[in-house]
Amino acid sequence: MKYAGLLVMPAGFFLSIAALVLFADPVQRAAFVLCGLAVECLGLVVTVRGHMAARGESRP
Amino acid sequence: MNAQAAQPLSDTAFALCLALLLLAPLAIAGVALINTGLGRCRSAAQSLLGSLAIVAVSAIVFLVIGATFAGTPGGAGHVAQLAGKPWNWLGEGSFLLGGLGSAPAQSQLALLFEFLAVAMAAIIPWGSGADRLRLSAGCAIAALLAATVFPLLAHWVWADGWLAQLGVNFSLGAGFLDGGGAATVHVLGGLSALAVVWIAGPRKGKFPKEGLSTALPGHNAVYVLFGCLLALVGWLGWNVAGAVLWLHAPLSALPVTAINTLLTAAGAGAATFAITRARFGKPDASLCANGWLAGLVASSACAGIITPVESLFVGVVAGVAAPLLVELFELALSIDDPSGAITVHAVGGLLGLLAAGVFAPQTGQLVAQLVGIATLLGLILPLVYLLFWLLNRVVAFRVDPDGERIGMDLHELGGGAYPEFVIHRDESYR
Repeated sequence: MKYAGLLVMPAGFFLSIAALVLFADPVQRAAFVLCGLAVECLGLVVTVRGHMAARGESRP
Repeated sequence: MNAQAAQPLSDTAFALCLALLLLAPLAIAGVALINTGLGRCRSAAQSLLGSLAIVAVSAIVFLVIGATFAGTPGGAGHVAQLAGKPWNWLGEGSFLLGGLGSAPAQSQLALLFEFLAVAMAAIIPWGSGADRLRLSAGCAIAALLAATVFPLLAHWVWADGWLAQLGVNFSLGAGFLDGGGAATVHVLGGLSALAVVWIAGPRKGKFPKEGLSTALPGHNAVYVLFGCLLALVGWLGWNVAGAVLWLHAPLSALPVTAINTLLTAAGAGAATFAITRARFGKPDASLCANGWLAGLVASSACAGIITPVESLFVGVVAGVAAPLLVELFELALSIDDPSGAITVHAVGGLLGLLAAGVFAPQTGQLVAQLVGIATLLGLILPLVYLLFWLLNRVVAFRVDPDGERIGMDLHELGGGAYPEFVIHRDESYR
């Protein structure tokens, strides 16, 4: 699960970059960049959860 | 201040900038002391020796590899064309700094700034891996950062890379602004710390099978608090020099930058003091130090851009967030970060970068800062994790259980930092 989260995060980055290239309107561009950040946050949450699960299994 | 209006430095600005940069190592010394004080006494000598070794390794590797790719403002770079826009993604400097003596004054100062910045970035994850990260692993991490990720990010942000050019190419304010190294140094260091903690795992006995996590308090509050005072001096030099070099601030704007740095730290320190006193009945020294440092880190991004009142506000937000996040990371997310570097450097840096966008006068600056933040979280964190995961296969990060039991000083150095102390038995190893 943690690796899936780490793969989702670059997808959010490329969304943000795509916003710069695709939209000229500042509002649309800002909204798309925020969507990219939201995807990254989702990936980060999944990664954190993945590491928590691994930690629980290896607790002494 | 306009990041796009680069002017050659006057002699006065050059001399001032050089003098200020000579203060910057005090910030590194402060962070090294804080890392040592927040670790355990049986790893103190290894922690400080590790800091020295990391500064040395990062400087050497940056000279041999990193400086070639980091580049300097106005220097050559590899440019890709995408959607009709130039994307300057990699620097192209001279090998082993050949011809540096005849380079423009600004390029020489930029390189000095980068040498100090890479040392600071590399020392941050060392604090998070305290008490279980091997010395060789700390040096390998420093070498990897100095050779790969730091030069890439430094070029993008400082040396006319694509993030710095967001203003020119996409009309986003003055492009991504990071005067004091909040992104290139602190967020990079904080995210590296997160990757190290995830890969190395928690200290033995930190998270027992049942109940809350075990408190493993730092061994020397005096080191920690004195480190905060040292860090303030270094940060003043760093932020003001950064304002001259990267934000092209006029000399008349520099006192405000210094005042903003002080106010952000002051606001953060006071807020953490109040929060910990309200929650625990007494102020907590290590959390107050974390709050103070979080304020300094946040100031790295915005001290040269915002007003004193806004700086104070940013500091208070950083100071409130720091103790709460340190607790959240440890208790709720099972992240064992002895130095609090993830909160202080990663979150504090991101907060500062966001504040620079919110309070900057230029239109579109907030979006430029958000794109920078998206780059750090979406590209740099996975990249650092991948590189560290591979590195861990070659140079094991974590010391063996016996080494962790007897302490890193005895295991790695053969002697303790405090040979006349009697170290009591640790109940967590029963």
